[in-house]
Amino acid sequence: MSKKEQIAGNVANYVDERTGAAKWLKKNLTKVFPDHWSFMLGEIALYSFIILLLTGTFLTFWFDPSQNEVVYNGSYVPLQHVSMSASYASTLHISFDVRGGLLMRQIHHWAALIFMVAIVAHLLRVFFTGAFRKPREFNWLIGVGLLTLGIVEGFLGYSLPDDLLSGTGIRIAEAIIQAIPVVGSYLAFFAFGGAFPGHVFISRIYTVHVLLLPGIFLALITIHLMLVWYQKHTQYPGPGRTEKNVVGYPLMPVYMAKAGGFFFIVFGITAFLGAFASINPIWLYGPYTPGQISAGSQPDWYMGWLDGLVRAAPPLETHAFGHTISWNILIPGLIIPGILFTGMALYPFIESWMTGDKREHHLLDRPRNAPNRTALGAMSLAFMLVALINGGNDIIATHFHLTINGIMWFTRIGLFVVPPIVFVITKRLCLSLQRADRELVLHGRETGRLLMLPHGEFVEVHEPLSAEKIYTLTQHEQNAPLALPDVDQNGVRGATGLKGKLRKRFSVAHAEQVPSPTLTEAKAIEHH
Amino acid sequence: MTSGIKKLSRYRRHRWAAPALLVVALIGLGTTFSVASEAPAAQNVAVTQQSSQITEGKRIFLQGCSSCHGLNAEGGAIAPSLIGVGAAAVDFQVGTGRMPMADMSQQAMRKKPVYDAVQTAALAAYVASLAPGPQAVDPTSLNYERDGNTAQGGTLFRNNCAMCHNFAAQGGALTLGKYAPTLMGVDPKYIYEAMITGPQSMPKFSDKTISPAEKLSIIKWIKAAQSEPSLGGASLGRVGPVTEGLLAWTLGLGLLIGIAVWLASKAR
Ligand code: HEC
Ligand code: HEC
Ligand code: HEM
Repeated sequence: MSKKEQIAGNVANYVDERTGAAKWLKKNLTKVFPDHWSFMLGEIALYSFIILLLTGTFLTFWFDPSQNEVVYNGSYVPLQHVSMSASYASTLHISFDVRGGLLMRQIHHWAALIFMVAIVAHLLRVFFTGAFRKPREFNWLIGVGLLTLGIVEGFLGYSLPDDLLSGTGIRIAEAIIQAIPVVGSYLAFFAFGGAFPGHVFISRIYTVHVLLLPGIFLALITIHLMLVWYQKHTQYPGPGRTEKNVVGYPLMPVYMAKAGGFFFIVFGITAFLGAFASINPIWLYGPYTPGQISAGSQPDWYMGWLDGLVRAAPPLETHAFGHTISWNILIPGLIIPGILFTGMALYPFIESWMTGDKREHHLLDRPRNAPNRTALGAMSLAFMLVALINGGNDIIATHFHLTINGIMWFTRIGLFVVPPIVFVITKRLCLSLQRADRELVLHGRETGRLLMLPHGEFVEVHEPLSAEKIYTLTQHEQNAPLALPDVDQNGVRGATGLKGKLRKRFSVAHAEQVPSPTLTEAKAIEHH
Repeated sequence: MTSGIKKLSRYRRHRWAAPALLVVALIGLGTTFSVASEAPAAQNVAVTQQSSQITEGKRIFLQGCSSCHGLNAEGGAIAPSLIGVGAAAVDFQVGTGRMPMADMSQQAMRKKPVYDAVQTAALAAYVASLAPGPQAVDPTSLNYERDGNTAQGGTLFRNNCAMCHNFAAQGGALTLGKYAPTLMGVDPKYIYEAMITGPQSMPKFSDKTISPAEKLSIIKWIKAAQSEPSLGGASLGRVGPVTEGLLAWTLGLGLLIGIAVWLASKAR
């Protein structure tokens, strides 16, 4: 043993004797992670968040969150001598007079978009594979929290530069706050420290954007990751993979090397976008002045669906007891999002109530094997997509030569009609995919080779699947609807109330499935 | 129209451009001089020229416009009266190819003009002779580069035009399938005439609302916006966050997932 090694050993020993670190490290560094591209979506979100922290900190050095009126005299000529808020002027300063400032702003904003894209993609992966099931319901809740906060954080950041577009966005937010019955106008007054736009709003949301929400993010992300760690990662079904084990690579060195490399790749792609694609060119929008508005004012995409819902609402107001209730803002701006996000948060509990399944799950579902869930997810996505399309209705109208009114009516009807259609189609699609799997298991893979039988008929040669493949295609559970007796053993009426009836219907719908081939069926075919 | 200008401007840097311009300028100067020295006689010529221009204008009008606008431009079931719209409106509508209207769609579109400059002037003279209205704009009088102020123009544009034409003058949708077109590449003359005549759904901006000097500032700002290089990289159409979101979902997520798939299949 060389001298150096000896010293290192002594130090390690010293630390270990006092902390027990060696055992802890050994246990944790050899922890196994399964490997699949879709498990890296959450990582993309994590890395984008780190990029946001880094670039955001850079921006804080020059950003001045104040609505004090200043006259611009920086180097962007078309706005020289225009009076504007200090926050807009300082954003111009960052863009044109701080070295690397524009690049940092653009990376920050692209990272924000990719952060939200990754969160949504990650959420969809978790949903469609059933990874939210027991024992991971809490992490699902944290995830919904992160998504919601991400939307708020992004909106606040978008509002900071106080340009014409973001000012328009704040104005809409104010209208939504005001639409809350009874207390709305007081709340708005409170948030803006007086009448809109006031003088304090930007500095307030600045504190929330750079301090409060990032702090909450850090805390939630930490808990989120610790729970993944503690509960271990789920895995896709396959030979050798059970509810009791995790098949994959040890954290150290394989997974860490990959993850570290992936961070730099995410950073690289975000920086590439920041360098070559313009984003939020606030100097074109001009400073915010109440009363000005631009055609095609849009929020960032993660708010677009909300904007689309508000745009689709027909004018509807009631006046009662000296208050005006603006249903046209209240319903799309607060009630529908409230229902959507509450439903999303509670879904794990709803599903387990419908199926009566209270067991732990560590093996993921293939989406086709849970047709009802997959169809529900596709249906919700379709709803969001229709709303999102309406959020961009003016841009779509000019670029595809459609009329705004046409798109709006498509949206109004589509919001109700498209999701159910998507539900039915998706469910049918899942079931026919299951049927295809069943055929595959029973009759093997089509080889494309033809065989001429003695009497001249051609048949295609089918090749039997490997045992592994057959296992993967048949391992999933066979569902049975809940057996809900009409009267339970104590003579209490069970499934006859409205709730019971609903539950029974849901559980039947959820259990719908093409049965996997049984052993006898397989044998029968073999003898054929 | 614009393609013609583009074609011309291609010759701008030609090595013969400067000498050729000099020759043209000299001939122009000479002509002006000779016309000016014959002033009294020219006046008469101008009057007869004008009345023959009006007759010619009326002739074209009866051929190309009266089917919709009526035999005496008094308007009809499908098209408005042109009495009092002035030469500026005709110059704008015919010069940008909007009139004669090709089909009765939502909105008369900009297209290749049907009439040349002389015929357009004749039509304008005819309509102007019916009742006084805004004069056609002489492009040489629009020295917006010298007289305009970009920053002021930007503020005025955001106050008066951006709600229809978008913050970067890229155009925007209005209700019922109408739209405000992009202002990129529009002749300064037509920008000015659009403001004083208010074509179709666009309001009229009288000299009281926006003074002539301010109009020049607006033109200067539009021209500056048009020639402004894209400062942060590819401009993505300057239509705001819609294209940005699209790019994040397609290129951004696409690249990232591609690499994730590659990484997951690697180092097995
Ligand atoms: C196919 C029918 C049609 C023809 C042909 C036609 N126009 Fe028009 N024109 C219209 C309509 C319709 C409008 C009104 C457009 C609107 O306001 O939406 C109009 C509007 C105008 C205006 C604007 C009036 C205003 O209030 O500013 C002018 C000027 C005009 N036309 C001139 C002409 C001239 C000159 C011709 C012939 C070269 C012509 N039009 C041929 C249908 C026609
Ligand atoms: C209410 C919406 C509205 C406002 C405000 C408005 N415009 Fe327009 N503008 C239009 C519409 C609609 C058209 C298309 C008219 C047509 O096709 O005949 C148009 C056409 C034009 C054109 C002709 C473009 C071309 O392709 O030939 C110019 C130039 C123009 N506008 C400039 C302006 C300027 C400058 C302002 C501000 C001072 C302004 N507009 C304000 C709606 C508007
Ligand atoms: C946690 C650390 C963060 C810090 C310190 C920070 C800081 C800032 C600052 C100072 C600005 C205004 C300056 C400018 O726009 O140029 C800004 C803008 C912005 N921030 Fe953040 N931010 C952070 C995280 C986030 C997150 C997590 C998101 C999104 C989910 C986000 C989204 C935005 C957006 C969209 C803008 C507007 C950018 C632009 O105008 O180009 N930020 N941020």
